[in-house]
Amino acid sequence: MNKTTELFAPGHRGCAGCCDALAAKFMLKAVGENCIVVTPTGCLEVFSTPFPESAWNVPWIHSLFENAAAVASGVEAALKALGRKNDTKIMAIGGDGATIDIGIRGLSGAFERGHDFTYVCVDNEAYMNTGVQRSGGTPFAATTTTTPAGKASFGNLRPKKNMPQIMLAHGSPYVATTSVAYPKDMMRKVKKATEVTGPTYVHVHAPCTTGWGFDGSKTIELGRLAVETALWPMMDIENGDITGVHKIRNKRPVEEYLKAQKRFKHLFSIPGGADIIKKIQELADWNADQYDL
Amino acid sequence: MSSKLCIGGIVEPGSTVINKTGSWRTFKPIYQKEKCIKCGICELSCPENCIIKTEDGYYEIDYDYCKGCGICSNECPRETIEMVLEEK
Repeated sequence: MNKTTELFAPGHRGCAGCCDALAAKFMLKAVGENCIVVTPTGCLEVFSTPFPESAWNVPWIHSLFENAAAVASGVEAALKALGRKNDTKIMAIGGDGATIDIGIRGLSGAFERGHDFTYVCVDNEAYMNTGVQRSGGTPFAATTTTTPAGKASFGNLRPKKNMPQIMLAHGSPYVATTSVAYPKDMMRKVKKATEVTGPTYVHVHAPCTTGWGFDGSKTIELGRLAVETALWPMMDIENGDITGVHKIRNKRPVEEYLKAQKRFKHLFSIPGGADIIKKIQELADWNADQYDL
Repeated sequence: MSSKLCIGGIVEPGSTVINKTGSWRTFKPIYQKEKCIKCGICELSCPENCIIKTEDGYYEIDYDYCKGCGICSNECPRETIEMVLEEK
């Protein structure tokens, strides 16, 4: 029988080295059992609840791909109407596709109405569950099955959508960015987000072994590299002001991060690849300057 | 047709434990207690929650669920966990 005391049970169908499983574990560890989780369709939903099983040891609900924030709003409104809200935390946990593309309308509405819940986006930068299609979270120059790199293309043409800034524009009292590679940082931010009253947003960077093309043992290592190259800035934003930034001790060149993944491998062989890498380095340098990393 | 509204599928919490994912493994983590400094990084970084703290503060691996991803071995600061090819 299973020996763990964690709220996210083993036996789920996540890949070996799954970032979503790590994220779910950290979130439940941080928030505790007094929470209700809503997940939209996505990897996390599919692998954690293969019918008739569930890996969640807390109340959990799934409805559709696009409506996690709307369902979470309903859960919150229902608890309030019944006088049972008390300290119960409501968390919606979506992937980048469900958050940045498909669910953004529902999410925007829920934040605008000001429901007291936390939305966590576990961003693995493409639609991994359906076979690595490009999403609004896919970074510049990454190859996916819908933006394949080849003779006529260097991969994804557009940079990543800045989702935390969009949520900030809704007047959210707490927005944070973090990574599964920094469990303590992530747990602190998720806990804080659930404790702040009002709609709060946490964006979690999560390296996907299958979609990004690296060995399953390197999930945390890759996440750390994204932060140390300044491609993923981690910060707390309270009431619109940046109140905490994760400082980088030794800033590393982006090549180290890119070389470790199959989705950027073409940049080191195609003509003009060096210029693209230079552009990615500029993005990282911009982050470092802008947020004083 | 029943007049009752169907509220969807309902399942037991934590019921995935019936599915022992240890059979997925290609490499098996071997924990060497004598090198361990009890930092707990392996326990924290296991996506399957199958590194369990024992009463003496050291750890044991639940091979029923370990998928052999090797994150524990990769993250351990003291090379306490060695990955070896699984042979049955």
